[in-house]
Amino acid sequence: MSTFLGIPRRAGATPEAGPLRGSTTFPKAARTALADTQLRANLGHATRTIRGKRAAVVDEVPDWEQLRDAGSAIKADVMARLPELLVQLEENVTARGGTVHWARDAAEANRIVTDLVRATGSREVVKVKSMATQEIGLNEHLEAEGIEAVETDLAELIVQLGGDRPSHILVPAIHRNRAEIREIFRRTMPGIDPGITDSPRELAMAARAHLRAKFLSARVAVSGANFGVAETGALTVVESEGNGRMCLTLPQTLITVMGIEKLVPTWRDLEVFLQLLPRSSTGERMNPYTSMWTGVTPGDGPQEFHLVLLDAGRTRALADEVGRAALHCIRCSACLNVCPVYERAGGHAYGSTYPGPIGAVLTPQLTGMGNHSDPNASLPYASSLCGACFDACPVKIDIPQLLVHLRARAVETEAADRHERHLPPSAEAAAMAAASWVMSGEKRFGLAERALGAGRLLAGKDGRITSAPPPLSGWMRSRDAPAPPKETFRQWWARTHEEEDRT
Amino acid sequence: MSSTDPQDAGGGSTARDEVLATIRAALEATKGHEPGQAPREYRSTGEHAPGSEAVLELFVERVEDYKATVLRCDPDAIPETVSDVLAQWGASHVVVPPDFGVEWLSSGQVRITTDDGSLTPEDVDAVDAVLTGCAVGIAETGTVVLDGSGDQGRRMISLVPDRHLVLVHADQVVQTVPEAVARLDGTRPLTWISGPSATSDIELDRVEGVHGPRTLAVVLVG
Repeated sequence: MSTFLGIPRRAGATPEAGPLRGSTTFPKAARTALADTQLRANLGHATRTIRGKRAAVVDEVPDWEQLRDAGSAIKADVMARLPELLVQLEENVTARGGTVHWARDAAEANRIVTDLVRATGSREVVKVKSMATQEIGLNEHLEAEGIEAVETDLAELIVQLGGDRPSHILVPAIHRNRAEIREIFRRTMPGIDPGITDSPRELAMAARAHLRAKFLSARVAVSGANFGVAETGALTVVESEGNGRMCLTLPQTLITVMGIEKLVPTWRDLEVFLQLLPRSSTGERMNPYTSMWTGVTPGDGPQEFHLVLLDAGRTRALADEVGRAALHCIRCSACLNVCPVYERAGGHAYGSTYPGPIGAVLTPQLTGMGNHSDPNASLPYASSLCGACFDACPVKIDIPQLLVHLRARAVETEAADRHERHLPPSAEAAAMAAASWVMSGEKRFGLAERALGAGRLLAGKDGRITSAPPPLSGWMRSRDAPAPPKETFRQWWARTHEEEDRT
Repeated sequence: MSSTDPQDAGGGSTARDEVLATIRAALEATKGHEPGQAPREYRSTGEHAPGSEAVLELFVERVEDYKATVLRCDPDAIPETVSDVLAQWGASHVVVPPDFGVEWLSSGQVRITTDDGSLTPEDVDAVDAVLTGCAVGIAETGTVVLDGSGDQGRRMISLVPDRHLVLVHADQVVQTVPEAVARLDGTRPLTWISGPSATSDIELDRVEGVHGPRTLAVVLVG
């Protein structure tokens, strides 16, 4: 892996927490989450529902696999031609009356958006749900600058009003049930009917009433983008509620923050992604609303349009020839919904805007991984490698392969860090080195096998080993192992094939 | 070129140059995928012709599945059908796009406002319903697409009213998404509509009707 360019090591120091990094490692955070039975019930119910819906609408598409192949190849082509496609997008957006800005990192993007909002004189912006602006912590930044950012997606609103953090890419409030949402609304929505029930319809109507006046009077909107078409400069936002249409249509100024990987080369490519995305994401044949716009349309919609192209670690991921496949992600969240680890631990345990299987491979690449004290270095291990995410991915990202690749990188980083700090190798590295020595000599291996029998002393009545003394104690905390058999295969072979061996 | 980062004025490499240079360096240092034509072995057309009875039936079924209302009628029955829907809604004031052509609508009971581009969101919020045409209908997904043409109007007028009636002509309905994409102009402001606005944000339990029109009716002509 000598070609790898990125991931600076942060020897010693634990990196700062933020929208892409939690304050504890995944195993610790997951243990806390697992103890929350309400959370597990909410997540179990929600992911089960969405899995069923997705399966039904995917099954009815006869060419689903061909669409996945096309989606995967289009995204690979985008990565290979990223510079020329970005320039083409910029030219087309500009030619149609938009203005393009480039941001190297989150801070730069936040600064650009803040300056643009300031220039309008507005102290308030309405927002369409957007992972990119979540990732850069735009709302918090705007707030610190005296600008109120109002989330208009129902789930984002629930999260914002509850002073909470999103836990799912598509349904950020998936960890909340209707009774909890009712309580949040009653506490935070001025003028709400105190007798409101917890029926989803009533709660949705309360959100409609709460946001209606804001939509009609908003002067500035901030959105993300699901796709940007290089060939035409068109941007696309898919949504359900109509809050996206409100934000993209009514204000005078629209500011869109888009990751540089969200490109597709041609208009025609959308025919692939508009089939893959809704079915994978909400389990619908098509989401209720998809908006597409190109620059500024005189007399229709925002008359000032700014596109902020965001790097923020994407080029770091691009520099890893295996890891870059994570940039193909179209943020459908199908991998979250099928993941047994996500279903039990929930999104907050990942500590990042991007949770679940895709988050476990995307987050460490966007931020870089430090040594074992960096929570993001634990994310590639947040998986049992069962492969359900790969099967569900509409653009065929081989997430298990990426997880293994990043685990190797995490081990390399840790080893280099220890070497730099003149520390002995970690127990895992020492064990692997010892195993390699033992297994490379037949005599040594035979002796080791005989010693295995000692493991039987550690096993419980069920024949499982659930704890072990250090240095294995850490490993055993989240795993158990079968007791070794009385006789190994090689011992059995030697005993039953004695005659043959002699001949 | 067109990059306008105020922070970068005054020398040094701009964010644009730096991002592009970093991408190029990353691509050169790795043997990533070669640029290439994507395989397009998926269906680019359906088995049924646009406007055929099979396509229309599928369109009706799929639009209704979103809890939208679909009414089929002959061209000469449009006035009556539309009037019936408006009466059922109790809509006494409707907004229409500039080239919708409403001379056929018996305006006795219904006040009709034609959008001349001067209406504000508050004006449109005060009407009961909006009537528009569409650019294309998609049977498999139960979708209608509006492209801002004269019979469809500005995006604002088909968004703010609480009820939306879309007139779809049989020859506008195709079976598949790729057929629709081929018919559309990707540089126009497009709105793809599949049923009334909806949310599944509370326990993934679908609720129809949030911020967009809470009621959608499709009148399929022919």
